[in-house]
Amino acid sequence: MSNDNQGPLWEVFVQAKTGTPHKHCGSVHAPDKEMALQNARDVYTRRNEGTSIWVIPAAAITASSPEDLGAFFEPANDKIYRHPTFYTIPEGVKYI
Amino acid sequence: MSKQEALFEYCLRLGDNSLILGHRLSEWCGHGPILEEDLALANIALDLVGQARTLLSYAAKVEGKGRDEDALAYFRDDKEFRNALLVEQENGDFAVTIARQLYYTIYAQLLLTELQHSKDETLSGMAAKSLKETNYHLRHCSEWTIRLGDGTEESKRRMQDAVDSLWMYSEDLFATTAGDELLVKEGIAVDARTLKPKWQAKLKEILEQATLTTPASTFMMSGSREGHHTEHLSYLLGEMQYVQRLHPGMEW
Repeated sequence: MSNDNQGPLWEVFVQAKTGTPHKHCGSVHAPDKEMALQNARDVYTRRNEGTSIWVIPAAAITASSPEDLGAFFEPANDKIYRHPTFYTIPEGVKYI
Repeated sequence: MSKQEALFEYCLRLGDNSLILGHRLSEWCGHGPILEEDLALANIALDLVGQARTLLSYAAKVEGKGRDEDALAYFRDDKEFRNALLVEQENGDFAVTIARQLYYTIYAQLLLTELQHSKDETLSGMAAKSLKETNYHLRHCSEWTIRLGDGTEESKRRMQDAVDSLWMYSEDLFATTAGDELLVKEGIAVDARTLKPKWQAKLKEILEQATLTTPASTFMMSGSREGHHTEHLSYLLGEMQYVQRLHPGMEW
């Protein structure tokens, strides 16, 4: 395994229960999508963790870079009116 | 041969197939071509060892001589093993492992599909449970066969060599004994001979998709039902049984 000839990388998303969102849980190597799905099954769900798997080519994901941190996320910090913290929530409301 | 003896032999046959193939696959642990495949093979090995435990426990119960699954797995010699010649063959390169897996798993899927309707409740229950695992195993090895066969020049050559080299052990999967016939009449066992045409058809379908040639050689090895094995089984047992033979009954 010295040189990386393990095939393209795939990001794996597993849904724990029907109706819940698929959550990212890691990545696998595989030559194509069918094998990626099988590898994901073997690596991430062999202890009955899931009901559904998505695999997505890692190359298809566009990600923000660490340099974008300031430009992307900092402006939110000093605008407290963007956070719904000024409302009183009636008692007994659970899912908000 | 009584029905009880026949059932004991039949369970040994099924259990030994799973145990020996499971052990062979476990030899890949830590040596898989990539991490993902290492896990996949070890995973299948564990499924097979699980099936073997159910079947050998049941065999021991049917025999009724106070033996248990461990006694059957660790304290029998090669001539007492009833697994098919195919499953004891060495791992070879990855293509040989996949070809061995393909031959066996098509057979296992057909067998278990029928065995679900066995009048023996332990066997029918085991078959229904194992069939789900086996369906996945078949998906794994047929996808690999197709990719290696229809892959590069080298992977195609190796996959064809593997399919050819194991061909002579394929007939032995379908060997039946007088005891089997007794159990088939009772609706307990599956007549393995009836599975052969379906096995050939399924294999041909996958090999064609993999752009590989189905072997045509007619020379076939057999004898596993009488305990005549290839030399590879003794070496495998030597490793598998070593600790229990040295320290009988040891647990950890």
